[in-house]
Amino acid sequence: MTSYVLRRAAGAVLVLFVLSVVVYAVFYAVPGDPAKLACGPRCNPAQIAQVRDQLQLDDPLYTRYWHFLQGLFAGHDYSTGTGVLHCNAPCFGLSYQNDQQVTELISQRLPVTASLGFGAMVLWLVLGIGTGLLSALRRGGTTERVLTWFTLAGTATPVFIIGLLLLMVFCAQLQWLPFPSYVPLTESPEQWAWNMLLPWIALALIEAAKYARLTRSSVLETLADDHIRTFRAYGVSERAIVGRHALRGALPPVIALSALDLGSIFGSAMLTETLFGLPGLGQLMVHAVRDIDLPVVVGVVLVTGAAVVIANIIADLLYAATDRRVTLT
Amino acid sequence: MSTEVLAAAQAGVPAPASGARQVWWRLRARRAAAVAGAGLGLLLLLALAAPLLSVLIGQDPNAYHDDLIDSARGGVPTGSYGGISGEHWLGVEPGTGRDLFIRLVYGARVSLLVAIGATVLQVLIGVSIGIAAGLGNRLLDGLLGHLSDVFIALPTLAFAIALTAVVPGDFPRPLLLILVIALLGWGGTARIVRAQTLSLKKLDFVAAARLGGSGPFRVARRELLPSLAAPVITYVAILLPTNIVAEAGLSFLGVGIRPPTASWGQMLSSATTWFRADPAYVLLPAGLLFLTVLAFTVLGDALRTALDPREASRLGVGRERTRRTRRTRTSRKGDPA
Repeated sequence: MTSYVLRRAAGAVLVLFVLSVVVYAVFYAVPGDPAKLACGPRCNPAQIAQVRDQLQLDDPLYTRYWHFLQGLFAGHDYSTGTGVLHCNAPCFGLSYQNDQQVTELISQRLPVTASLGFGAMVLWLVLGIGTGLLSALRRGGTTERVLTWFTLAGTATPVFIIGLLLLMVFCAQLQWLPFPSYVPLTESPEQWAWNMLLPWIALALIEAAKYARLTRSSVLETLADDHIRTFRAYGVSERAIVGRHALRGALPPVIALSALDLGSIFGSAMLTETLFGLPGLGQLMVHAVRDIDLPVVVGVVLVTGAAVVIANIIADLLYAATDRRVTLT
Repeated sequence: MSTEVLAAAQAGVPAPASGARQVWWRLRARRAAAVAGAGLGLLLLLALAAPLLSVLIGQDPNAYHDDLIDSARGGVPTGSYGGISGEHWLGVEPGTGRDLFIRLVYGARVSLLVAIGATVLQVLIGVSIGIAAGLGNRLLDGLLGHLSDVFIALPTLAFAIALTAVVPGDFPRPLLLILVIALLGWGGTARIVRAQTLSLKKLDFVAAARLGGSGPFRVARRELLPSLAAPVITYVAILLPTNIVAEAGLSFLGVGIRPPTASWGQMLSSATTWFRADPAYVLLPAGLLFLTVLAFTVLGDALRTALDPREASRLGVGRERTRRTRRTRTSRKGDPA
């Protein structure tokens, strides 16, 4: 078990290293002068030269990458002309736009995306497992047909369509909910939840469809198992069989998949966040791309990549923890 | 993207079809699939004929009609339901007064072009790398296997929008989108093809061909590709709708197709500021995009069942629902841990 985790962690570090090399190479080797971008549109050649010097852009790419790695693990000092700006250990550099530390920018945005992801996950698990169970129980009936088409529609709808429709109905027409604007959880839990409700629902409706399909097929598979037949023979009620025993057998893949999805939300929340105007990682990324703010782009891609890789490991561990038949080797 | 891959891997891979004609019959027998196919055919036809259509009905996708919008109310189309009239079948765009019908048709053109182009490229890359990994030695297999793992784990959307940012502005956008989507999304195909190749490699007819002196390219072309067709087609059915949504999403974020070229995602993006004043402008592109993706999904699902009748649709839309439980019991034995 411990050796498995260690091995996976080593693999994750390797993948992240490769990712960082690729990302760095792709984004810093592109046409266009980073110094000009960093300096801004109103810079004269002398200032641009100064920025070039400051960012050490004349060094070859591998030297700059080495400095980037050093910054990540040991921090980096930037001379600002008048003094020295110290950028602490996980240092992704400074934003070209406002010279803010990228690490700081990311940690400011992280809670928003985390709120979105965790809240939506709770909703999609409830909705997905509920729907999946129901359609497994009522197989062959009209209920199942309706639920099947419902889940099919869910998988076919992009989040920005559901979100737009929700905004149209609940904010513009009925005016039941406010147009979402992020309120930190620590400030007012009530306002936080109230404002996040629509984004949660939008994201959860899409994801729930997938979970309903997975739960349904997983429950049906477990119901065909021998131990369920034994339960039936002993006269255990159908409700107890499905609710307690079949669900238990069906949950491991569902739990593992939700860990994966939660990880990938950090990298795919752009659409939801852009639509609802939430200041999360996704919005940061979209804005950084629009302004060609390379340090921010590289930082966000690496952080989201790390989230996916870590989520993969957690998913496998959860699978093994919830399903005793699986051994990690 | 990793979840679709997971789902596809769980779905198992259908056995080779026993003839294209049989598959076609089975497909036609499913009403939902027939409707979806007909709808998509119509859409494809409209998209192909867009320039002709534009001339026929006398509407240019980029012609502004200031007389059709109410500038006093911020540019909302005059008339009900977004300004529907005999001339403008689906109304006009708020703010500009451009004809919505022809813009939607041109949007379909972009959407299908990018999605189909990206899918073809993805499959080409995925199949080549998958076969190479499956037939190659341990070193090559390990290398390519890890490479596809990295690409599957990549935060695709983040990478895609980042890539669109660093490419020069005058690069043709549809081609850029095709390249970005394809280069980031071939991992799943490669993984499936590799697994199939590994199991096919053990079969007698492949072994016979290899013993008979066929080189790896000949084996791949003559022996493997025909058997790989069914699983690859099944996977294409998952890729196509995913790619349509990817293009719409990138255009929605403002990093995809650039104005004035019409695209559904970009229409939806500008609709976010209009949904209070002009709901029709939201509903049209949203509905069309939804129906297109739904049709591809339904068709893909039916295709999976048609290619392998033993595999009753995992969705259970078809009539073979009752046989399901029995089937899963037998397939349970090979359940991967």
